[in-house]
Amino acid sequence: MTKTAVSTTINGDAAEFLCETGETLLDVLRDRLDLTGSKEGCGTGDCGACSVMLDGRLVCSCLVLGVEAQGRAVETIEGMAEGETLHPLQQKFLEHAALQCGVCTPGFLVAAKALLEVNDDPSESQVRYWLAGNLCRCTGYDKIVRAVLDTAKDMRSARA
Amino acid sequence: MIKTKFKLVGTRPLRPDGVDKVTGRARFGADISAPGMLHALILRSPHAHARIKSIDTSRAEKLPGVKAVVTRDDFKLPEREDLVDICRNVMAREKALYDGHAVAAVAAVSKTVAREALKRIQVEYQVLPHVTDVDAAMKPRAPILHKGMRTIGAEPAAKKDSNVAQIHTFGHGDVVKGFAKADIIIERSFKTEATHQGYIEPHACLATYGADDRADLWCCTQGHYMVRNACAGLLGMEVSHLRVTASEIGGGFGGKTTVFIEPVALALSRKAGKPVKLVMSRDEVFRASGPTSSSSTDVKIGITKKGKITAAQAILRYQGGAFPGSPVQFGAMTGFAPYDLENVHTVGYDVVANRPKQAAYRAPGAPLAAFAIESVIDELAHKIGMDPLEFRLKNAAREGTKSSYGPTFGPIGLEATLKESKKHPHHLAPLGPNQGRGVACGFWFNFGGQTSVSLNIGEDGTVSVVEGNPDIGGSRASMCLMAAEELGVPYEKVRTVIADTASLGYNEVTDGSRVTFAVGMATIKAARQAIAIMCERAAKIWDIPAEAVVWEDGCAKPAGSNAGNFKPMTLAEIAGSAGSTGGPISGHSEATADGAGVSFATHMVDVEVDPDTGKVTVLRYTVFQDAGKAIHPAYVEGQFQGGAAQGVGWAINEEYIYGEDGRLQNPGFLDYRIPVASDLPMIDTVILEIPNPGHPYGVRGVGETSIVPPLAAIANAVSEAAGVRLTHLPMSPPRVLKAMMENGKGAA
Amino acid sequence: MRYEAPATAKAAAKLLLGAKGSAKILAGGTDLLVQLRSGMKPPGLVVDIKHIAAMSGIKKERGGFRIGAAVPSAVMGENKGLGKAWPGVVEATGLIGSTQIQGRATMAGNLCNASPAADSVPALAAAGAVARIAGPGKRRDIPAEKIATGPGKTSLKKGELVESIFLPKRPPRSGDAYLRFIPRTEMDIAAASAGVNLTLDRKGVCTAARVALGAVGPRVILSAKAAKALIGTRLEDSALEGFAAACSAAATPIDDKRGTKEFKTHVAGVLARRAAVIAYERAGGKP
Repeated sequence: MTKTAVSTTINGDAAEFLCETGETLLDVLRDRLDLTGSKEGCGTGDCGACSVMLDGRLVCSCLVLGVEAQGRAVETIEGMAEGETLHPLQQKFLEHAALQCGVCTPGFLVAAKALLEVNDDPSESQVRYWLAGNLCRCTGYDKIVRAVLDTAKDMRSARA
Repeated sequence: MIKTKFKLVGTRPLRPDGVDKVTGRARFGADISAPGMLHALILRSPHAHARIKSIDTSRAEKLPGVKAVVTRDDFKLPEREDLVDICRNVMAREKALYDGHAVAAVAAVSKTVAREALKRIQVEYQVLPHVTDVDAAMKPRAPILHKGMRTIGAEPAAKKDSNVAQIHTFGHGDVVKGFAKADIIIERSFKTEATHQGYIEPHACLATYGADDRADLWCCTQGHYMVRNACAGLLGMEVSHLRVTASEIGGGFGGKTTVFIEPVALALSRKAGKPVKLVMSRDEVFRASGPTSSSSTDVKIGITKKGKITAAQAILRYQGGAFPGSPVQFGAMTGFAPYDLENVHTVGYDVVANRPKQAAYRAPGAPLAAFAIESVIDELAHKIGMDPLEFRLKNAAREGTKSSYGPTFGPIGLEATLKESKKHPHHLAPLGPNQGRGVACGFWFNFGGQTSVSLNIGEDGTVSVVEGNPDIGGSRASMCLMAAEELGVPYEKVRTVIADTASLGYNEVTDGSRVTFAVGMATIKAARQAIAIMCERAAKIWDIPAEAVVWEDGCAKPAGSNAGNFKPMTLAEIAGSAGSTGGPISGHSEATADGAGVSFATHMVDVEVDPDTGKVTVLRYTVFQDAGKAIHPAYVEGQFQGGAAQGVGWAINEEYIYGEDGRLQNPGFLDYRIPVASDLPMIDTVILEIPNPGHPYGVRGVGETSIVPPLAAIANAVSEAAGVRLTHLPMSPPRVLKAMMENGKGAA
Repeated sequence: MRYEAPATAKAAAKLLLGAKGSAKILAGGTDLLVQLRSGMKPPGLVVDIKHIAAMSGIKKERGGFRIGAAVPSAVMGENKGLGKAWPGVVEATGLIGSTQIQGRATMAGNLCNASPAADSVPALAAAGAVARIAGPGKRRDIPAEKIATGPGKTSLKKGELVESIFLPKRPPRSGDAYLRFIPRTEMDIAAASAGVNLTLDRKGVCTAARVALGAVGPRVILSAKAAKALIGTRLEDSALEGFAAACSAAATPIDDKRGTKEFKTHVAGVLARRAAVIAYERAGGKP
């Protein structure tokens, strides 16, 4: 099977990989780059566990071909904390106990961060609809939604 | 004696594995690889019921890059009876018994090659008539799954093959006499469709089998000792030759309490001589892991005009997939447990059908029974114009009640949950048009079981708790809290790790809501043992008798002025000098934990039904549950909320849909509809604490009870809002609309 | 599977025409990658159209909007002018999948995937949208509803691809709306859906209407009878009742995992009625 060479940017760093054309960006991240923070819950775009940012847009990496990453910028959960400092959402998820098993958590965090970047004052309903593509089976979403709303509040008051 | 005053227990510190899980660093089942690793895939039956006449793997084996192919010929049927059905389920033998049943597996250098290899395996099937519905499977002329299967418990003894594996009966008193005393009797039939636990992480494992017949297995499971036991049995290994390490687990809810792919990966690795990674796709998870039973239940309850139950009976039929073992007996035991009954009788039929072998799902069997029984209870209360909470209080089981399944209850919290719900603002809030409010009670036994814990005191005074139960929802935090509480050290000084099967004694599966109870108790005992040792060490240093030393606030202290006047020694000081006082200090506990306290909950839910479409919207939800003692309340709330949310899915939209051909039509998250964030409101929780005398802190398990009441509570709410009794789950829009129209209530 | 990312529509057409085996167009990939995953035979060629400038933007044209075939739903949702002129179409496209899907899925892809339940298609059909098709020969324009001919089948010939979709200029006092029925609030495929596009006179009387039903037939159903039930009315209750009945009568659904025939037939009428009321209000009508 011939492979294609792809040059891309991942979490701000240049990255290169070889992949088969049929491989998804999620396959590449997990199997070729050992960035296993993005999870495969379904492989069909229904669960959001593989959420990443592609050129600043929230996408399911299971529905992107690896070759499509050529020349583009990918951000994953591994790039969310700055060194030892957690992103405020990561911190709030811990404080609110917004995770139980934690397998959906990376996807939720990436998706929630994308929300707060376009809307720093979302209503509960806006949070719920924005995150409707991220499935969580443990929490009933209650604490996740609270953590996101609380983060937004803190981010707003830090700016004020 | 139950401890009641705490410094740390009951607080909400950050979980110790939290940073790993919010940064993507935590390693789940599919997250590790090994050098030289092969990728495996499984070929599955497309037929619901078929004789496998032949399997030809030769063309697959010839494909370059294919390193091993296994079929039924690679699995000897084990002598151990408890493993026979597991073996048959892991790899089909004479017959494929359901759509998705494994038939062969390959390991190859890449997924692409493995995929190609699967296409080259030729299986010759003789398709047989199939049956997937529970009532149809019980009919006299139904296709028989297992030749020679006779109903256990049938009276008179069964003389013909049957799909009914076993009949279970429970109860006491005389229901015939009880019904004769009743003023009002309601009798109704109910059906529920099968659901799936819906954990987000598919089953995944990495098996490494060496030429020395020693193997390592990494997998996501609720119990790696169970995996070791089953895999060793299926592969003919000694248990100590197989080391199983549990990965972080991405949800289980009972669905990861057995093996599916792990023995196959080991067999492939043995044949290939290389590490083999095997990961299920979501489609495979739905078709070939362990969903729940579907059920059919008849309930009959009689009451006096004043609302006292005189007799109660239920006949429950659960199909548990292709093999015996549906949780119908749990349904038959738990359904009437919330009530103090003079006359009660339940019969449960364990039925096989052409579906995947069911696995546990959170209080297995209980939600189905509660749905049927609590629906009739609700209807009776309304019939006599009594508040459904009042009706339940009037008939509630209390301490001293002989339970519907036999034992007499000790101190229990049912009454407390009912009283608390009566005075909650939710109960008093007004409802709008097309809205309804439902309540229901639920019960679960809870479990203890075999448990090992080691607690090691580090040389700097920090502590590691070594336990053997995968942390499925924050249990490490609870262990750290209990250890720190006992030892009198800060929470942050304790680290809890989950040991592999070679590093710690046996542990039962993370199930039965047992971990915080049983592992917690073992942790406390291990800490107390370590404390005793530390007191001895201090006594040695001070040269006084060990009995003269007490442990307080993380220090050894002389018991009183008689014992001598010594400056208290901290845990860190004792640990630091351990080398010269007798060596390393650790405590441990190995025991079978008895005394798991039963748990009750009452749920209250408001819904709105769209009269034009039958669509149900959940508006408000409150959970009232007895936790005994909430060690980490945030994670107790999480269990309450998670159970309620799963119950909402079960009640409204989740179902296995089989076609006429016996194939599963919706093996994906698109059409198997678990609730999404926008489907749910916030879920309020009220934690009640009626201490369990069987635990040093009074802990009761909390994980399972929370899924018992929701099906019934929501059905009661929808029935009120729709103006017609809903008796078939899920209450999907087509079913609700049809019921409303037939009742003349639809807007059309 | 060969992957190509040409820079022009012509080049894309040439690749598609020259492909030896099967060839697939990759826009958002939200259907294609799922199909690949579910065991579809991998195509010999995948042509990614996201590098074609002419397909990647939303342009105003003759008072209407031309939407490139590679424009993801999220970008449509962020275009204020478009949302004001054609709220029903934008909402319909905005209902496709999750936020994540919105970042990739395109309206043209939704059209060409030819699912009977596609959300944007009834809204496009009701809007009188026109698809521009590029290919080996001259570009041609055809009504959006003529693209899909049945489940998974389109009228496109080998070498052809949708380049853009044109939403025409609206007469004054016009409004459109799209509603679908799903059992959850998100993440589902429509069990029934309806797009309604209306124009009113100064007195609020409906003078023109297009009504399209989705998921209740092998392809979108553009019902002239249903439209007629609205024309000449102010959408009074009696008119709406007749309209809902006409929509239900036009529906030809099948029993499947998403609902029974009876249910879908009934709900098609319910949704069409609700959509008509929204469209009416958007056109400035007072209910």
